[in-house]
Formats: sequence, C-alpha cells, structure tokens
Amino acid sequence: MIGIDTIIQGVLLGGLYALFASGLSLIFGIMRLVNLAHGDLIVFAGYLILVGVSVFGLNPFLSALIAAPLMFGVGWVLQLAVLNRVLGHNILPPLLVTFGLSVILQNLLLETFSADSQRIPVGVLETASVDIGVTSLGLLPLLTFGSAIAVILILNWIFYRTALGRAFRAVSDDPTTASLMGIKPNRIFALATGLALVIVTIAALYLGMRANFDPTTGPARLLYAFEAVIIGGLGNLWGTLIGGMIIGVSQTVGAALNPEWQILAGHVAFLIVLLIRPRGLMPKQ
Amino acid sequence: MILQTQDLTASYGDFRALFGVNISLEPGQIVSIIGANGAGKTTLMRSISGVLQNAPEQVVFKGKPIGDLPASNIMQRGIAMVPEGRRLFPSLSVEENLLVGADRRKGSGPWNLHSVYALFPILSEFRSRPATALSGGQQQMIAIGRALMSNPEVLLFDEISLGLAPIVIREIYAAMPKILSQGTGAIIVEQDIAQAMRVASYVYCMIEGKVSLEGAPADLSRSVVHEAYFGAAA
Amino acid sequence: MTHNARIEIATRSSRVFLVFAFAAIIAAVFLPAFVSRGIIKDMFAILTLLALAQCWNLLAGYGGLVSVGQQAFVGLGAYTLFAVVGLYGFDPLLSILMGGVVALLFAIPFAFFLFRLDGAYFAIGSWVLAEVARLSVAQWKAVGGGTGTSLPRDTVRSMPGTDWVRALFDVSGSAARDIILYWIALILAVALMTAIYVLMRRRIGLGLTAVKDNAEAARSVGINASAIKWMTYLISAFGAGMVGALIFLQTARISPGAAFSVTDWTAFVIFVVVIGGIGTLEGPILGVIVFFVLQNFLADFGSWYLVALGAAGIVVMIFAPQGLWGLLRDRLGLTLFPLRRRVIFTSERTDL
Repeated sequence: MIGIDTIIQGVLLGGLYALFASGLSLIFGIMRLVNLAHGDLIVFAGYLILVGVSVFGLNPFLSALIAAPLMFGVGWVLQLAVLNRVLGHNILPPLLVTFGLSVILQNLLLETFSADSQRIPVGVLETASVDIGVTSLGLLPLLTFGSAIAVILILNWIFYRTALGRAFRAVSDDPTTASLMGIKPNRIFALATGLALVIVTIAALYLGMRANFDPTTGPARLLYAFEAVIIGGLGNLWGTLIGGMIIGVSQTVGAALNPEWQILAGHVAFLIVLLIRPRGLMPKQ
Repeated sequence: MILQTQDLTASYGDFRALFGVNISLEPGQIVSIIGANGAGKTTLMRSISGVLQNAPEQVVFKGKPIGDLPASNIMQRGIAMVPEGRRLFPSLSVEENLLVGADRRKGSGPWNLHSVYALFPILSEFRSRPATALSGGQQQMIAIGRALMSNPEVLLFDEISLGLAPIVIREIYAAMPKILSQGTGAIIVEQDIAQAMRVASYVYCMIEGKVSLEGAPADLSRSVVHEAYFGAAA
Repeated sequence: MTHNARIEIATRSSRVFLVFAFAAIIAAVFLPAFVSRGIIKDMFAILTLLALAQCWNLLAGYGGLVSVGQQAFVGLGAYTLFAVVGLYGFDPLLSILMGGVVALLFAIPFAFFLFRLDGAYFAIGSWVLAEVARLSVAQWKAVGGGTGTSLPRDTVRSMPGTDWVRALFDVSGSAARDIILYWIALILAVALMTAIYVLMRRRIGLGLTAVKDNAEAARSVGINASAIKWMTYLISAFGAGMVGALIFLQTARISPGAAFSVTDWTAFVIFVVVIGGIGTLEGPILGVIVFFVLQNFLADFGSWYLVALGAAGIVVMIFAPQGLWGLLRDRLGLTLFPLRRRVIFTSERTDL
C-alpha cells in the first residue's frame, strides 16, 4: 500500500542520500576527481564512530564529533600523499587509484571487524517520533534530513561567501592562475577532501544509526550518491538534495510494491532521469 | 635594485626557451620587454612569477633568491602578475575576482576594493556580474585591479595590450601613472615598440631567448631597435 | 636529394616473438597430454582472466572508456548459457557464443545510457548498470532468483567431444570436460588477442589512440570518435559475455552474486591490466602471470591478498603508469606486438 507516509519516508531517506552525495560532489566540483572509494570511506567512518560507541561507551553524536576531525586528517593526508599525484587531464589514474583504495579499505575493514553486520546503537532515538496529523515521523529520519539541509546551507555559505570558497572556485577554474593569487592548489585540494570526509562522517553517523552496515556496504552508497548528483545536475547541491529525494522515494515506493524491488527501483528512476534529462534536473548554467 | 634575473635559463622539456637572460628593475621604475612572438618574453614572465621554476639565484627579489619558489609564495612576497589573456576566473563575479587577489596578501598600500573601483569606475557597475561576461578591455581592468589588490611591490604585465582595441589600450596606459603612483615597479611585455618606448625608462629587446638590445629609450635609435627586434638578417 | 623510406611496424624482437608465440600456442594445445588436471584447471583460470583483461584493456587502455561494470557482461553471458542450456537444452558449447551475443545485445542500450555520462562518470554509470543487471536477474525465478541454480548434470556430462577426449588422453569424464573447456579458453584468449591486435594495426587503431588522447582533435582530422567508442564497447561486451558463459559452464553453478561480482570480474581484471601495463597487448599477459604468482604466495592470508593487490595497483599507477611491461620495454627495448609505426630510412641522410 503506497500511502502518504511511504512518500514522506522516501523524502526523508533522500536526506541521507544527499549527505552521501555532498562529499562526492564537493571533491568532483573542485578537482574533477571521481572518488570511487567514497562509499567505502563512509563505511570506514561508520566503524570509527562504532568504535567510539562500543569500545569507549560514547554517545554516537559525541563519537562522530571526535571522528570528524580524524576523518578530516585522513582526507588531508590522502590528498597530499596520494591523490594530488594523479590529478590531471587523464581520467584513468585517479579512477584506478581510488578504485584500488576502495578494495583496500573493504578488505582492511573485513580483516579488522569481520564480515558481521553492525549497527550504531541509538537507544530511545530509534523509536522516538513526531506526530504531524496525517502520519507520524521518526525523529531520526527527521534529524537526518535536517542535517542534510544544514550541510548544504553551510557548504553553499562557504562556497559563495568566504575567501576559502573563492579559493575553491578559483582553483577549480584555473589552478595556475590561482597560484598567481597566492593560493596553493595542492593545499586547497587537501582542504576540500578533508572537508568532504567531515561530511562523510556525518553521513556515516546517520547511516550507521539507521541501518546495518558491513565492510561491503560501501559501493552501493557510492552508487546512490552518484545517482543523486547526476539527477540533480552537477555542481548544484540543492539539485543533489532533490536527486537524493527522488532516489529515496523510488526506493520506498518500490519496496512498498515488492520488498525485492527497493534498490532496483532507485536505479531505474536514475536511468529514467538520465534518459529524459541527461544534464540533470537543475543543471548549473 | 628590487628585482633582477641572473643568467636566467628556462626550458620546456627538451626545448630551451631562455639562454642566460639578465634584466633588472629599480623600485618605482617601468621596464619594457619587447620582442617578436616566440622570443621568450612570456617564458621570462612565467619564470619570474614562479609558474616555471628555476635555480634559486637566477631570480633575485629584494636581495633574496626566489627562482625556485612556487608562484603562490612569490605572490605573497609582493610580485603580482597580470597574465597574458587576462585569465580571470569564470565562476567568480567581478568583485570576487578582485577580492581573490587580496585573500592571500593584503600588503600595505592604498589598494582595496574602494580604490580599485575609483580607478576603474565601470567595474563597480558590473561588480556582481560574472567576470568573463565583460568586454575585453573591462576584463583587462579587472585583471589589473586583481593584481593591485595585494598592494604588490612589483607588477608584471604580460602582453598588456594583446587583443585590445586602441582606445582601450590608451585608456589603460593613461591609468598607468596612478597604478604605479605608490612606487610600484613594473615590467611590461608589449608588442607595440613605440608604446613600449614611450612608457618605460628602460627597454629590453629579446630575440630567440636572449636579450639582443637594452638601454634607455632616448639612447636607442629606431634602426637599432628594428635590427634587434627582427634579427640582424632581416 | 631523395630519401628512400618505408614505414614499418614489425621489429626484430616481434618477428622472433611471432615464431615463439606460435610454438607456445601449439605447446598449449598439447599441454593436457603432459600435465595434471589441477594444472589444466589453473590454466583455464589464467586464460579466462587474460581474455577478460584484454577486453577491459581494449575498452580502457585503447578506447579511454574506464568501465567498472564489465561484470555486467560476464553475468549476462553466464546467465544466458544457464537459461538456454538449463531451460531449453541447447548445446553448451554453442551456448557460449550465445552468451557473447546476448551480452552484445544488452551492451547497445547500455552504451546509449553511458555515453551520456562524461569521462569519469562513465565509470560509476557502468557500475550502476551492472547492479541493475544483477538485481534484475535476481528476480528471474526460472534460473533460481537470488539464490541461483546449477546446470543439469546430464547436460554437463553429455558435452560434445567428451568421449573423444576421454579416449585420447585416457582420463575420466570430468577431466575430459576440463580439457575441452581449457581448449575453448585457449581459443577465446588467442582469438580475442589476435582480433584486438589486427584491429589496432589497422587504421582504426590509429583512430582509437587519437580518440583516447583527444576526442576533439580526433574529430577534426575526420576520425569518428563516437563510432569508435561504440565499437570498442560492443566488442569488449561480446568478449566478456563469452568468457562469462565459459567460466560458469565450468563451475556449473551460478548465482547473481557470483556472476556479477565486481571483485572477481572487474577488480582483478583492472589490477591485472594496470600492474602489467595498460594500453599494450603484452601488459595483461605479464599481469596475469604476476597475479597468479602473488595469489599462490598469499593464498593463506585471506583478504590481505586483496589489500596487497590494491596497494600494488596504486603504487604502479603513481610511480610506473606504464606498468611492469612498460618498465621492461624501456629497459630492454622489446616490442612483441608492435603497434607503433616507425620510419625506416634506406639511404644515407646527407643533409643536416
């Protein structure tokens, strides 16, 4: 039965996918790098938060707050040590290096945490809900959606209102001329990847509290993130949120028709959009 | 002497573009570089500004070797460049293009958004437009303004008048005294020989990666310059 | 003055190699007479991986189309074989060809979607389509849905040629089957490499390199970038489909997870090509050998093996993007499958 609540669940789920997508979009927007390890980095951050919760007994949100700067460091080092070396006109090296990274991360997690699926325990938050008349909404999905909007607002503010945002856009346009403005492109790239991995940590927090995850969960998250970005139109974060919502609603509606169709329905929605609007719903001018 | 190159050499892979170039600039002085296409003028500018890296002592700024420093570092020390073809940032507005020039170095001096808009009033009208939507002459004003924003001690102008209408070129040269009023030194790469001789107090002519002639404009006769410009055989 | 010059592709090492390669193929054909069944099975795995690697190499190394979704065609080819053999009792050997054809037919609409995605996004797009294929096949109850199915035992036993091979080598029925499948793998690998080599040597090869380097420039000199992309994509899908059908004919058991495995049919393949040397025909051969040596040494370390493989791929990509073959070629000046045109001057040059 497809009711109003199925749609609303899907819309809220779209917030999670927008969180997955924002980091991917940020890195691509600034350095034209498609990070195939993006999903695995989300799962990696999920385990980092889980360690804080289950080993040190922290509250999940506090654990994420500690994981975020660590993930920033991971991104910073990864960019300076590895990814900056393969940026350039040839798209092959960055794709292969991030694909290698994806395989390494998955198998390191497998060795460290086993293949058992895990979940970040959330206590009362799991069942808490808000009654809005027609249906009642889970507090956690609402929080996820709210966080997605907050992340997009903050990213847009950084991009269009700060010196760092100007540096991001300048480097993205023309790294050589940006360096004539005193900007160090490699540092800016490292900063961008660090920032993207902070968003990844936020995404991991809500992914881990919402559903089970295991070391092989990453690639599917990468695909949802990618679909949200393409549906929305490259370089438009609000479009990405819309894209996430379309994937989310397709999945919940698909699942309502037949539980086995959930994932497939999301992918099919993506293909339909790609067919009728190849540049996405809200392409940047 | 504020800036100097010493036996500057530069290559692109196997291709040698500069063969031991020596030029120098006094504080507040305007120096012109003239030469035909492919003479090595742009390579010289790229070497000084740090886009190309050299041996440390091949470029000396205020007594310190800077030849091996990256462009970002050289800009922060006070050498700003107005690159060939303007190279404005298309995703930034006019005002943001100006601001990005001062984000990494404010310097001390008169230049800020306000004074740049006073110098080129037309820019303030279009401040929130995308920079690349403006005309070629206006874009050159933005590029100059962007370089001024950091209050540099030396300004490099690469092919300052290339592709601009004569009236616009006149306007930009008319603004030059104001641009350099604070004792800023300038190296101007210019293809128009007459213009270069008029604006500068010292001229270098380049051919095939070497300086073929140098001197104060008053000391150089037309025929000598022509010979140095086109090569002895021409 | 006049110069006599001719354009040559062959090199001395390549002529020697051609003789050597011919001898190696003959030896490979008669290998089952001399080695154990275990080695034949290993050789089967090596040859199928090599064939997949050459398909991906054609796509990414020559065509510049970096796909992470080749498992789609392996899976579709394999499932085609299971459907026509298991459900309709087709001849299994002929069904391998059908696996390729069906993969090719699916590749047409796939390409239609994927070529709308630029450069790097093509990679993830191809992965999405492979997922769509996997999830769709999992809905197909006649071939076991999500859990998969096995080939009927008697169709496997009654594979054509089994009796003849049994008599020839005096082996059991299942060993004879392995030998036949090994031969098919050999034929597939050699045929694919020959086809790619011939393709590369012809004008299209020049075109392909140009497309990879710069689509815009290629168009301006009259090379149809779009047609070439379509061609590489379809050929590599056809090849992967046949190899997939062959691999799962050998295992005789299939599931969506195994048939559409990104690790087995794409990750391994990518590392083989990258470590060996992308964009050359020799590289994947070297890569496959390194892959199996590493696998034998690190077999006891479980997933650490994959960590090592991933790390090796990254190191090669950063420090030796031409791969092991590239290093070897530069050191030794060897070229086995010559594709570069060289000008040979036959008279003394007197000017300069």
